[in-house]
Amino acid sequence: MSIAVPAASARAAAGAETATRSNVAFDRVSVAYRGAVVLKPLTLEVAAGEILAMIGPSGSGKTTALRAVAGFVRPAGGRILIGGRDATNLPPYERGLAMVIQNYALFPHMRVAENVAFGLRARGAAKDLTAERVEESLRIVGMPQYARRFPRELSGGQQQRVAIARALAVRPRVLLLDEPLSALDAQIRRSMVEEIAKLDADLPDLTILYVTHDQSEALTLADRIAILRDGELCAVGRTDDLYHRPPNRFAAEFLGRANLLPAVVEGEAEKGFVRVRVGEAKLVVAGRDEPAGAQRLLCVRPQNLTLAGDAERSNRIFAVVREIRWQGELTHLVAEVGDAVLRVVATRLPNPPKRRDRLEVFFAPADANLIVEDAVV
Amino acid sequence: MSEAVAVAPRAARLNLGAYWVAPPLIVLALLFLYPLALIARAALADDSGALNFAAALDVLNSRAFLNALLNTAEIALASTAGCMALGLTLALILAFAPFPGAGFVARVIDTFLALPTFLVTLAFTFLYGSAGILNGVVTSSLGLEHPPIDFLYSAWGVILAEVTVYTPFVLRPLLAAFSLVDRSQIEVASLLGARPLRIVREIILPAALPAAIAGGSLCLLLTVNEFGIVLFIGAKGVITLPLLIYSKAI
Repeated sequence: MSIAVPAASARAAAGAETATRSNVAFDRVSVAYRGAVVLKPLTLEVAAGEILAMIGPSGSGKTTALRAVAGFVRPAGGRILIGGRDATNLPPYERGLAMVIQNYALFPHMRVAENVAFGLRARGAAKDLTAERVEESLRIVGMPQYARRFPRELSGGQQQRVAIARALAVRPRVLLLDEPLSALDAQIRRSMVEEIAKLDADLPDLTILYVTHDQSEALTLADRIAILRDGELCAVGRTDDLYHRPPNRFAAEFLGRANLLPAVVEGEAEKGFVRVRVGEAKLVVAGRDEPAGAQRLLCVRPQNLTLAGDAERSNRIFAVVREIRWQGELTHLVAEVGDAVLRVVATRLPNPPKRRDRLEVFFAPADANLIVEDAVV
Repeated sequence: MSEAVAVAPRAARLNLGAYWVAPPLIVLALLFLYPLALIARAALADDSGALNFAAALDVLNSRAFLNALLNTAEIALASTAGCMALGLTLALILAFAPFPGAGFVARVIDTFLALPTFLVTLAFTFLYGSAGILNGVVTSSLGLEHPPIDFLYSAWGVILAEVTVYTPFVLRPLLAAFSLVDRSQIEVASLLGARPLRIVREIILPAALPAAIAGGSLCLLLTVNEFGIVLFIGAKGVITLPLLIYSKAI
């Protein structure tokens, strides 16, 4: 896919009918269906120009939150601000947004170019501007040669690109993506993730609210991630922060795989680190203001564990191998530390251990943090 | 040997396949083709049984026939247009802006299909007729001598009754088609800036066009053939083809 946004036309388009740099703010937004609360009061901001991924299992309220921004569901309480303006009571067609959804929702009786032009016509754009934007949007998603086709003549991946072009053509203040890649097969999904990443790099002003249950999409694309659970915000933060230092068990386990070992705090170490005990092992991990004697979970990612220590990876625990699975690029090792399970992922193991071998596993203090079992942000 | 065994059943099956066509063809002939042939013979054969177009041409050129043809076409087209407009409006409301009890309303509208058409006409007479409720209220409240509302005994009365009776034939297929319209298309369109009217015009109606054509055609055919309503209204000068045929036949 070739992505090229001519600076001049992008500037001209920006001034056409909507501002392109806008933030979205949830201000204590709650949603209820027939008395059942599906979204508890949510306060969250998507900053202008960023991608915020909202992730969570099904029923967590993430799609409901997105639909509230779109204006498809009316909040039971709270306000939704788009570009600083209260949009809670605006109808969808006055919100200046665009959305891409899982099943594409292309208009079947319209050709690709007519689909892309739809929003521009609806917003009363002049004919030549419409033609220019349609061409430009199709070029951005690499589909200019398909302008005359009908949606039914395109593959799933191509249809989703047209849906993205249709959304981009109106220069939305905020682009809403609702599980946009879930209907595509794994290989196309991977390449579409890369294309959306490229889109974001080429359109830095575009604000995107991205709802997905796929944590790898979120990790690849998002500047920040918000994790929802049971209609409630359970964690939010910059993607790498949230990944490396999840605040609670749910966040740790939902965002990639995590080893969670019961640990007891022993006291402060150097600044920003604390000493803990896991079984017999005495370790140092990232953390601050942890009271001595407190029960915590030590969280460390499988790929941050190694079987060979060095000066940096100074933490050492003993584990007994339970299972070894070689999967081509990676080797997965499941071991036991007391009653807890420890997963290790290694790219290369010159001397792979065998079942029931006793292992030394190493990790860096900065790669581990402590979490409280029931903490909710 | 094995080849012979393999071929024989297939041949038998093919023959059987050919015979399957026979029963439906016989039914078709008895129910449709033979009566049609009888009508054609009555129209085109003279007393001696020879082919003779003169009588048919006389009828086609007669003033009564042309009048009836014109009346029929006018009433059928106007009724169908009314059915389409009313059916479309009702279907849009029932499908996309449902209110509590919308399903019940749709069923009530359906019951008109079950009633003999002239019953609706009878009800209209009670409501809008010269001795009907509406005229009663108006004459007594305004102190008039003659009932002021008399549209019922004209082509308009026929059209109104036909619209009432035949709207369900448009409503039902449209409701079925609307239920298949992808709601997410409507949502995406509204977010792109389309107001409700544009969504109806550009997203919903194109998707429901086959259903609208089917319902409209059915309506047109049924209103062309409508007999009971026209007879019961008994409007002066409103003679349609079915009525003309009936009056000639008895």
